[in-house]
Amino acid sequence: MIEQLAPGAAAPEVAAPGASTGRPKRRRSTMVGSSRWEPWIYLAPALIVLAALLVYPLYQLVVVSLYDYRQAQVSGNAPLNFVGMENYTRLFTDPQFWTVLGNTVVFAAACVIGTIAVGSALAILATRLKTWVRTILFVVSLGAWATPAMTGSAVWMFLFDPTLGLVNKVLTSVGFSSFAGHSWTYDKWSAFALVGAEVIWCSFPFVMVTIYAGILGVPGELIEAAKIDGASTWQVVRSIILPILRPILVVVTIQSTIWNFKVFTQIYVMTNGGGIAGQNLVLNVYSYQQAFAASLYGRGSAIGVVMTLILLAVTMFYLRAQRRSGELV
Amino acid sequence: MNKRIFVVGASAAATAVALLLGACAPAQTDATTSSGDESTGTLRVWLFSEVNQAPKEAVVNEAKAEFEKSHEGVTVDVQYIGVDTRAERFKAAFNDPASAPDVAEFGNTDLAGYVDAGGLADVTDKIKGWDEAKDFDGDILRTTEISGKNYGIPWYIGVRALYYRTDLFEAAGLKAPTTLAEVESSARAIRAANPQVIGIATGGKAQFSFLPYIWAYGGEIATQSGDAWTAALDSTQARAGVAAYTNLLKDDICPPQTCAEWGGNASVQEFIAGNAAMTIGGDFNRKAVDESAVGDKYSVVPIPGVKTGTIAPAFAGGNNLGVFASSGKQTLAFEFLKVLGSKEYQKKMFDAMGNLSAFTDVQAQSAKDVPELKPFIDTLAAGTKFVPVTPAWNTIDAQGDLATMIQTVVNGSATVDESTATATSTMSAAFAGK
Repeated sequence: MIEQLAPGAAAPEVAAPGASTGRPKRRRSTMVGSSRWEPWIYLAPALIVLAALLVYPLYQLVVVSLYDYRQAQVSGNAPLNFVGMENYTRLFTDPQFWTVLGNTVVFAAACVIGTIAVGSALAILATRLKTWVRTILFVVSLGAWATPAMTGSAVWMFLFDPTLGLVNKVLTSVGFSSFAGHSWTYDKWSAFALVGAEVIWCSFPFVMVTIYAGILGVPGELIEAAKIDGASTWQVVRSIILPILRPILVVVTIQSTIWNFKVFTQIYVMTNGGGIAGQNLVLNVYSYQQAFAASLYGRGSAIGVVMTLILLAVTMFYLRAQRRSGELV
Repeated sequence: MNKRIFVVGASAAATAVALLLGACAPAQTDATTSSGDESTGTLRVWLFSEVNQAPKEAVVNEAKAEFEKSHEGVTVDVQYIGVDTRAERFKAAFNDPASAPDVAEFGNTDLAGYVDAGGLADVTDKIKGWDEAKDFDGDILRTTEISGKNYGIPWYIGVRALYYRTDLFEAAGLKAPTTLAEVESSARAIRAANPQVIGIATGGKAQFSFLPYIWAYGGEIATQSGDAWTAALDSTQARAGVAAYTNLLKDDICPPQTCAEWGGNASVQEFIAGNAAMTIGGDFNRKAVDESAVGDKYSVVPIPGVKTGTIAPAFAGGNNLGVFASSGKQTLAFEFLKVLGSKEYQKKMFDAMGNLSAFTDVQAQSAKDVPELKPFIDTLAAGTKFVPVTPAWNTIDAQGDLATMIQTVVNGSATVDESTATATSTMSAAFAGK
């Protein structure tokens, strides 16, 4: 999974800025004939896998989104009908799509902010804890991280069950009697908050571990030197630690954005397929509902394409912003 | 140098994309109509797996043995597939005829989608040539019909009626409700006297419980002219039904906080748990209720209509047996349907599983043998109704349009007029293939 690649990928960027500047030149001059294709040979396995697993499905997604493609067309009982942008125009004129898009953006943004905030706070806390306490914190967090989304969601639903759930029982027993039989998923935003809390719970450990590793990578001498120069703790954080951590924060933010934008399992399980009257639908669940439950593969693909474009745009924008300020290579 | 490689790579990629674009359209299976009509070999059958499957399997094995004995050189291979994963299994079978069965059991609400996909064979003439078929309940046989052609035979039916707690009704000095208005007033009275008890357990997603309300008030989901359907939930009658039903989902009967999310099963579970004075349950729920703590203090009546002495039209749920269009053994497959779907075996399925037969005379016999079935048989006799038999129903169902209509009223985000208008327009769009 992508999450597992990132910590390793991020660390070298911090540890070795500028280390690779001299070498390519020397290599180029010594290995004239083979060097032209050499990088491509090394890249070939990754490119082939990417093309097969990413480019081709994406291409199919785009193609399907341009057709009226339902079960009848798949099983050959109706002729294929090229409809051009019709799936898209229908989508964009459907008020439900805009509501769902709005839900998704707000929900994903809240989850990203929550995940980063909780993850960073605990990472900073971890640097100040005794080793054994830190170990416990990490083991517990990794437990949450390792829990499959389905299981996590189901357990949370047990906890928040209106009549039998532990949370309502505890709240009632300490005097909040209005929580007897209280449904956490009845109100739209209460349901989103509950699902969001579950999403943050199972995704903050990645952020915490990554940022913790980043903080450890900040050279002690730098901080020491700054302190000798009379920098306050806040100045050290702002001018030394944060700039060094920035590439990691970028990776973590993009990662969380993509991940939270695509949330499916938690919404599907915890709000029973999109909540009361579909109030908790997000794009991914909506796309599933249209494509697979309703067998409208063309329209479902169009939603998929729109999602992909939005995510690409967000990522590109973020990368450009970082590159312009010169902090990400 | 790097730049040149990039250019070469990019142009190669561009060429590849251009080639693909020129050559490709989404995949399509070749039309799946069968060729040939073999009368020997393996006959593959798909039936639904059940929580308590042994009795079903015993009856099916008996039919299989009988069929194999009378058809030399034929082996019947029965596979039990999960109800929850049926959509994937059937779609896969339509897409790849080589992996498809010859005969299958399927839910009657799924039929239109399967026919649209070209998956089921037209068996109209075969039904006409089958003696026993004349005794099928007409309303039920009609659920297998699209544009005058039948795509399966009814195997068993499920019909819902009103379960109520005799002890709670007696304590409140009430009799079994005889009108829908009395259902509401009794529910409110019992909850007022017992605040822990839900007046009638029913939910925003329990569409087969609220459809009878719409029908009882004279409304329709949609009207048909030719092959075209028009949603009709914004009629005065349908609105009256929606209003009457949503009146049940109030704090003084069934609190929306919990009830809004319930489907039919969740509602019946509340009744079984002893939390509710009434619920709308099926004949197929009887066993579970009998075995529960409320097993000896409940009774069942047909869901009453608007006027005393009338019965609200119930939803004609049930499962069919059909022949796959891709099967190379059409005649043999229907021969097997005539055994497994016969009166004899529908009766055996009733004895084994409690599944109500789709034959009126077998139903009458069952009602005589098991008096508790009377309210369900009476409901059937009063006439049942069905959802529109069109592939668009699949879309409407997947989008939860009916549940949304009820739930938006229940949570106060729309009035009855608004929600029924929205449902009518989304459903009309689906009927028009949009």
